[in-house]
Amino acid sequence: MKNLTPFRLSLAGLALIIPGALIAIVFFLTTYSWKAIGFNGFGFLGTINWSLGNLYANPVHQHGYLVPPGAKYGILAFIVGTLLSSFLAILFAVPISIGTAMFLAEKAPANLRAPLTMIVELVAVVPSVVFGLWGIFVLVPLIAHVIGPAITATLGFIPFFNMNNSTGSGYGLLAASIVLALMITPIIATTLYDALNQVPRELRESAYALGATHFEVATGTMLPTVRVTLIGAIVLALGRALGETMAVLMVSGGALNYLPGTLFTPISTMAAFILSQLDSALQDPSEMAVKSLAEIALVLFLITVIVNAAARLLARGTVRVAQL
Amino acid sequence: MSLSSDSPDLELVHRPHSGQTSLETRRYLINIIGWSLCTIAFMLVAIPMVDLILTIAIKGASAMSLEIFTTSSNGMTGGLLNAIVGTLALSLGSLVFAVPIGVGGGMYLSEYGQNRLGAAIRFLADTLTGTPSIVLGYFSYITMVIGLGWKFSVLAGSITLAIMVVPYLARITELSLRRVPTTMREAAYALGAKDRTVAFHVVLAAALPGVLTSVLLSLAISVGETAPLIYTAGWSNYLWTGRLTHEPVGYLTYVIWTFINEPSEKSHALAFAAALLVMLVVLTINVSVRFILRKRT
Repeated sequence: MKNLTPFRLSLAGLALIIPGALIAIVFFLTTYSWKAIGFNGFGFLGTINWSLGNLYANPVHQHGYLVPPGAKYGILAFIVGTLLSSFLAILFAVPISIGTAMFLAEKAPANLRAPLTMIVELVAVVPSVVFGLWGIFVLVPLIAHVIGPAITATLGFIPFFNMNNSTGSGYGLLAASIVLALMITPIIATTLYDALNQVPRELRESAYALGATHFEVATGTMLPTVRVTLIGAIVLALGRALGETMAVLMVSGGALNYLPGTLFTPISTMAAFILSQLDSALQDPSEMAVKSLAEIALVLFLITVIVNAAARLLARGTVRVAQL
Repeated sequence: MSLSSDSPDLELVHRPHSGQTSLETRRYLINIIGWSLCTIAFMLVAIPMVDLILTIAIKGASAMSLEIFTTSSNGMTGGLLNAIVGTLALSLGSLVFAVPIGVGGGMYLSEYGQNRLGAAIRFLADTLTGTPSIVLGYFSYITMVIGLGWKFSVLAGSITLAIMVVPYLARITELSLRRVPTTMREAAYALGAKDRTVAFHVVLAAALPGVLTSVLLSLAISVGETAPLIYTAGWSNYLWTGRLTHEPVGYLTYVIWTFINEPSEKSHALAFAAALLVMLVVLTINVSVRFILRKRT
């Protein structure tokens, strides 16, 4: 304990503010939503039924809690929306990221490599709300008029891929997934690109010496060595996709209390729902609606903490700090 | 992006006496198709990005006028003065809180944090970075806007942004400070320097460019953030009067989010103008930082 000088202690104090903030977030979200947790029980996670009840009637006692008559809070639809859009985003992003990283590391002309890599890196810094703006202005019309009809024409015999079973506005699950995919691709691609550049030269040369083609060298010997890094980056990207708010809110169409029946159906994610519903939840004099939103925030927080912790355990020290 | 000259594939295939021509042709084709798919994958990232930048640049530039910088918004039209001032107040305000904590915390992690406590702080800092910004916003709404009764305000918004960028700042500061050679610290200690002198005048001074870089990147994050501000800073059509609490404030990202959903063309133009301003700040910071870093390495 000889090192406990005032200077070191004050620096430690500053550093401890970071875990302090994290503990405060858990503490205040939990205490604030405590009544909602008690009122909602486990049905909160398992039912598709978000209804604020009759806000103009006098609140009534229900299971010992004072709530507006008819109020029910079930968020399964938002959990499904979150998981489904993130899952699709990962599905799109992983092959694209692997291809992008391989292209940049192996195939891009040497003098163009730096600027081309920078384009991919800069995708990661575009603010979420700007992606949303681009989504509304470019992507959503593209889905409504080109991508949607094309998918319907080829896979339309499967109800899930038929745009005619939805509103056809372009706002919905597919738009949200594509924007999310674009946002998380640089996380996976740049991590993988760095890792590919670290593959020992001898490994590539021995593969070439065995007569492997360039593509076989890249896929057969280089990709397997960066497998762990790839998985870590994917899980990290998943964490980012699950919590993404603005871009998803702007292009997802906003669904309430139904599950997406097609690729083109509007959805709501947990993060987007918290943001879009606070105004109406504030109209509830019993405050149960606002507290239930806090419970959503708590659930979302726990999910992302688990996913992020898993990512860090998987890819310790291999992911760029700038993307953590 | 055709097959570049450094690949040995072409010679490999054109060997007429080879007994396995069909197999080699297949491998040759897979090679070409594989790299074509990789190139397409890159295009699928690059084209939307270029399209995004061009769309914002063209739409935003055509919406630019002097009026945007001199008048405040009024509901759906007007200028962006209130939003520009608000964004500056919020993001610079967040730096006031974030820089001392982030740089100090990073200094602790780098200089004295090679222990269990340091490892725990590092892990929790990374967890905090991974926390969705809307959760942070809701936390601040509960604690500051309602709990402390600050209402929508610059202070609540700035602190929320600070919570967001502090862990980021701390981790990058830590990395920059660690790159300073240990011998420099030892030399300073050998001359009789105290902890404080070594930390500030030797280590921090040597790593200053890296630390400033991380401060700039934090600024870029703050300027582009929306979700955590909506329920902490609120929105106002009026110019910020300088009050830290009890006064909602406008900011550029809010304009992008709401004005694009208004029916009038003028509102859309304002949304694109705001997007252009935000993108200019974010891209300028990020591109210049990358050029500086590349030059130094």
